[in-house]
Amino acid sequence: MTDMASLMEDRAAAKVISDNLRKPVDWDSPKIARNIKKRYAAERRFKMYGLVAIGIALLALCMLATSIGSKGYSAFYQTYVQLEVHFDPAVIDPDGTGDPAVIGRANFDGLIKQSLRDRFPDVTSRSDKRDLYGIVSGGASYDLRERVLENPSLIGQTRTIWLISGDDFDMLNKGYIDPTVAEGDRRLNDQEVSWYNELVEAGAVEKQFHTRFFTSGDSREPELAGIWGAAVGSFYTLLVTLALSFPIGVLAAVYLEEFAPKNRFTQIVEVNINNLAAVPSIVFGLLGLEVYLNVMHLPRSAPVVGGLTLALMTLPTIIIASRAAIKAVPPSIRQAALGLGASPVQTVTHHVLPLAMPGILTGTIIGMAQALGETAPLLMIGMVAFIVDIPGGALDPATVLPVQIYLWADSPERAFVEKTSAAIMVLLAFLVLMNGLAVYLRKKFERKW
Amino acid sequence: MAAVSQSAMAAKPSVENPKMTARNLDLFYSDNQALYEVDLDIAEKQVTALIGPSGCGKSTFLRCLNRMNDTIDGVTIKGEVTLDGRDIYDKRIDVVQLRARIGMVFQKPNPFPKSIYDNVAYGPRIHGLVNSRDELDEIVMTSLERAGLLKEVKDRLQSPATGLSGGQQQRLCIARAVAVSPEVILMDEPCSALDPIATAKVEELIDELRSNYTIVIVTHSMQQAARVSQRTAFFHLGKLVEVGETDQIFTNPKDERTKGYITGRFG
Amino acid sequence: MSLSFLLLAVAALCALSFYFGRQRAVALSGGRHSNLHSLPVHYGAYTAAWCGLPALALLLIWYMFQGSVIEALIVSDLPQEILEDSGRLSLALNSISLIAAGNGQHLSVEPEIVDAGRRLANIQTIASAALVVVMLSGAVLGLSLSYRKITADMRARNNIERIARYVMIACSAIAILSTVGIVFSLLFEALHFFTKINPLEFLFGLEWSPQTAIRADQVASEGAFGAIPLFVGTLLITLIAMCVAVPIGLFSAVYMGEYASPKFRAIAKPALEILAGVPTVVYGFFAALTVAPFLRDNGAILGLDVSSESALAAGLVMGIMIIPFVSSLSDDVMSQVPKSLRDGSYGLGATKSETIRNVIFPAALPGIVGAVLLAVSRAIGETMIVVMAAGLAANMTANPLQAVTTVTVQIVTLLVGDQEFDSAKTLSAFALGLVLFLVTLGLNVFALKVVQKYREKYD
Ligand SMILES: Nc1ncnc2c1ncn2[C@@H]1O[C@H](COP(=O)(O)OP(=O)(O)O)[C@@H](O)[C@H]1O
Ligand SMILES: [Mg+2]
Repeated sequence: MTDMASLMEDRAAAKVISDNLRKPVDWDSPKIARNIKKRYAAERRFKMYGLVAIGIALLALCMLATSIGSKGYSAFYQTYVQLEVHFDPAVIDPDGTGDPAVIGRANFDGLIKQSLRDRFPDVTSRSDKRDLYGIVSGGASYDLRERVLENPSLIGQTRTIWLISGDDFDMLNKGYIDPTVAEGDRRLNDQEVSWYNELVEAGAVEKQFHTRFFTSGDSREPELAGIWGAAVGSFYTLLVTLALSFPIGVLAAVYLEEFAPKNRFTQIVEVNINNLAAVPSIVFGLLGLEVYLNVMHLPRSAPVVGGLTLALMTLPTIIIASRAAIKAVPPSIRQAALGLGASPVQTVTHHVLPLAMPGILTGTIIGMAQALGETAPLLMIGMVAFIVDIPGGALDPATVLPVQIYLWADSPERAFVEKTSAAIMVLLAFLVLMNGLAVYLRKKFERKW
Repeated sequence: MAAVSQSAMAAKPSVENPKMTARNLDLFYSDNQALYEVDLDIAEKQVTALIGPSGCGKSTFLRCLNRMNDTIDGVTIKGEVTLDGRDIYDKRIDVVQLRARIGMVFQKPNPFPKSIYDNVAYGPRIHGLVNSRDELDEIVMTSLERAGLLKEVKDRLQSPATGLSGGQQQRLCIARAVAVSPEVILMDEPCSALDPIATAKVEELIDELRSNYTIVIVTHSMQQAARVSQRTAFFHLGKLVEVGETDQIFTNPKDERTKGYITGRFG
Repeated sequence: MSLSFLLLAVAALCALSFYFGRQRAVALSGGRHSNLHSLPVHYGAYTAAWCGLPALALLLIWYMFQGSVIEALIVSDLPQEILEDSGRLSLALNSISLIAAGNGQHLSVEPEIVDAGRRLANIQTIASAALVVVMLSGAVLGLSLSYRKITADMRARNNIERIARYVMIACSAIAILSTVGIVFSLLFEALHFFTKINPLEFLFGLEWSPQTAIRADQVASEGAFGAIPLFVGTLLITLIAMCVAVPIGLFSAVYMGEYASPKFRAIAKPALEILAGVPTVVYGFFAALTVAPFLRDNGAILGLDVSSESALAAGLVMGIMIIPFVSSLSDDVMSQVPKSLRDGSYGLGATKSETIRNVIFPAALPGIVGAVLLAVSRAIGETMIVVMAAGLAANMTANPLQAVTTVTVQIVTLLVGDQEFDSAKTLSAFALGLVLFLVTLGLNVFALKVVQKYREKYD
């Protein structure tokens, strides 16, 4: 018995050692006390690092939020200028036809220019006049036209009307242009500033809630640009994404969890799903460009193509979440159903899927939220075009909220900074809503088996 | 002392020179009480075995002795535990130091994923017990030797400890505990994950260590308790039922429940 | 008829055939369901599937080929001299589709092009009409065939379940198809690119200026396609991001997991996760409009020359974005370190931080390395932050205060806006995409393997 022998040997060795015992540690010695102190200091320091790390992360979040919020809140208001407008029949409807088509073609811009000239009669030179016309936005004439078409009796009257101001005046009024800096360093010259001051003194400048920001499409003029077009584009894109990725994702998850035999095919699918989840989004954009645009010749800039591309991207998220939800349904439920003679498909559709649905929906919403914030792949498939019209369907050219943000962020006008920030706030609001819904679903249907 | 149960009284819970004592010890996991008024003395330089059916609170009691229960959320403890007459739950007691003085060996061998040498050196290093590399080498060697492991590993001190066999790993854990020169060593079913030969080795080792250390061992094997311990305490449903000389407990138990357990009627 | 109407029509047909199938089964049963092999709904589902699935398959196939077939038809009728010049050809195709869409009035183009535009409009009308006919007849055919097959002892349930199974397999196969699609589309265009540019020059060249000649005589500005400066820039920004994300993420995870009170965790954890949910375009805006000017101005105060598109700004913000990624992954990994190891360390009298530093970190190291690799792969592939905050000029520098450009930035700049058909400039984006895909894929596969191994070790 070698084991026994070695045991005896060990024993002998241990005996020897115990004879020359180490003297016990004096735990009250100053050296140990110092050491303990040091160790506790290290402990506190380490804990501090953790706290500082979280602090930095949260600080970054706060800075992000304040930076966006402080830049963007002012976009929800717009400067308006009060002018006396004479609805000159000679300009609007010289023949007195009352025909809306004639009125619609009238030169309302000229009316506004006229009232500006009347308001500031000293302005004579051509370039000064051009500056003067900048007080009012080019979009104000559309508003006037609407007004007259709605109420033709205005023709011939003179009314005091609030008109949407140009972006530079808006910036000045919101304090983004500092009138005290040297004249050459600001967008407005001294004369324009003096006009502004005169209007303010007369009480003819006012900030109003900027509904147009929520109802109109993109525009080159910051004060006319809105997010509705992008929001609708996002809606169609997500609709396509959802319509494709949800059924496909759930069916794939069901197959992989409930039916798939453990074979090569299944293995390859699983590896692929895991890897697809980590492929950079821009690569999906390249795929979309090549397959949907170059091979299938689907329309450029269309929500369909965006949706098709994003569907491939969100598919792994949905499959992974759905599989987790299906896995969480206890086997006893399946056994009960199978025991009653239900077929596997019936077991799944009648019992497993309904029980897993909250989890699946949560995963789907999170996937949709990701898709809503995604930008890069959509740039690849041409959703960066400048599109004024509100898309009417999934085949119309469109842009989406994040791409709109990207486009505005790239615009040189100072006024687009606040628009960008405001659009970001809107996008984040949607994301908060979606994630909140996901959290609510999870909380509500949380089940401990 | 009115609360002490009749049988425990009869079984003489106190010893002459207790190294550690527990008095009136209640322990709660959140709202579940796991220990009820436990009174127990641990004799110095002896092996005390804690036996009892599983779930009766042996481990819980053992963990009270070096305040390992502090690491679990929601544990509340009432009563008193002393080491050399000082309350270890006193605010002025430093847990870190306390655990160095009362070492622990766990049910499953849990070597750190480091080299054999670093495993043993871990305690002396963190407690600042050594001034030089030589001293540390010395401690590591002595501890390994004392745990009866040196011969098996002396050529591969730098190889990972996880490569050792289960029995070797457990002896490494004992060496690791010994390396900080503790006064008491707590062992929670140290052999339950080992095969018989490794178990025999560890039992031998416990017998050796007794001359220098006070040992408390939880075991589910009555043979083991009989082989290695001098005193045995029997726990049941969170209560200390009976404690006494090991011989006496196994040959002449006073309490019906003890008798029932050691004759194999339950547990 | 628009696509959505077509789909609605097919859906309606499916509903109808469900009803028919079910009715027929009920009729065959003579009022007693036990006479049937399956439940009436199964017969309904059977006919509905045979109505809808062929129609959908036809639609899919149709769209796969419609574009290229129509283009081939149009192109074949164009004059030879246009066909020979790829630049002119793409311009002509553009005008043709504009004319076909009815937006070509302002174009001044050759009459052939106008003709082609009209023809395209014609073909498109015919094609969409044909699609309607094909799809609907497919649906009706499927419906009538399956309807006729229904008998009382037809195994409708088994049939429909088999169909369901195939549909599910097809859905699972889409994961494979996507990968295959990515690989092929990247490879196809990249190989095309490598016929124009030597791959070695691409991979190891030191100069990147993808301006190809616009006119034939501008040979001098051939364009250089050495991607090393892009790789260097990508790595620089990734490195900066990791310097931010790894320590902060790790320490946050440690604090959350080991020190924080449940109350603190309940607030701080979701707050950190918000960082992960913020769209990257928002980070890009933040980097470009807040962080970069801040760094530039403060650098100027310190006498440093910080570019307003500095790698530092993009890297810092990217790091912030990745913090929650690192922290949640390493939290996962560290919480998998068995409790027995902690106990072992505490039992020896180690403090919490000693236990974390000496036992948990080393034990979790493989998992943490895996997490960091995943984070690196994410940083490399991140696009919007760098597109908005990093530069376009391919500087080869390790100075974080200067502007660099990255692979993703170049892909976006090369492909956004009007593309020259078939030029090296456009194709190079796909070559870059291929490199990006391969590198991130390699990192992911490796990282997932490491993490998996780690999980198995402690399971
Ligand atoms: N961490 C814990 N949290 C809650 N209850 C626990 C915990 N550990 C042990 N218990 C409970 O305390 C009782 C005693 O457990 P334990 O001391 O482990 O028993 P033994 O070691 O004698 O088998 C058991 O009922 C067990 O369920
Ligand atoms: Mg136990």
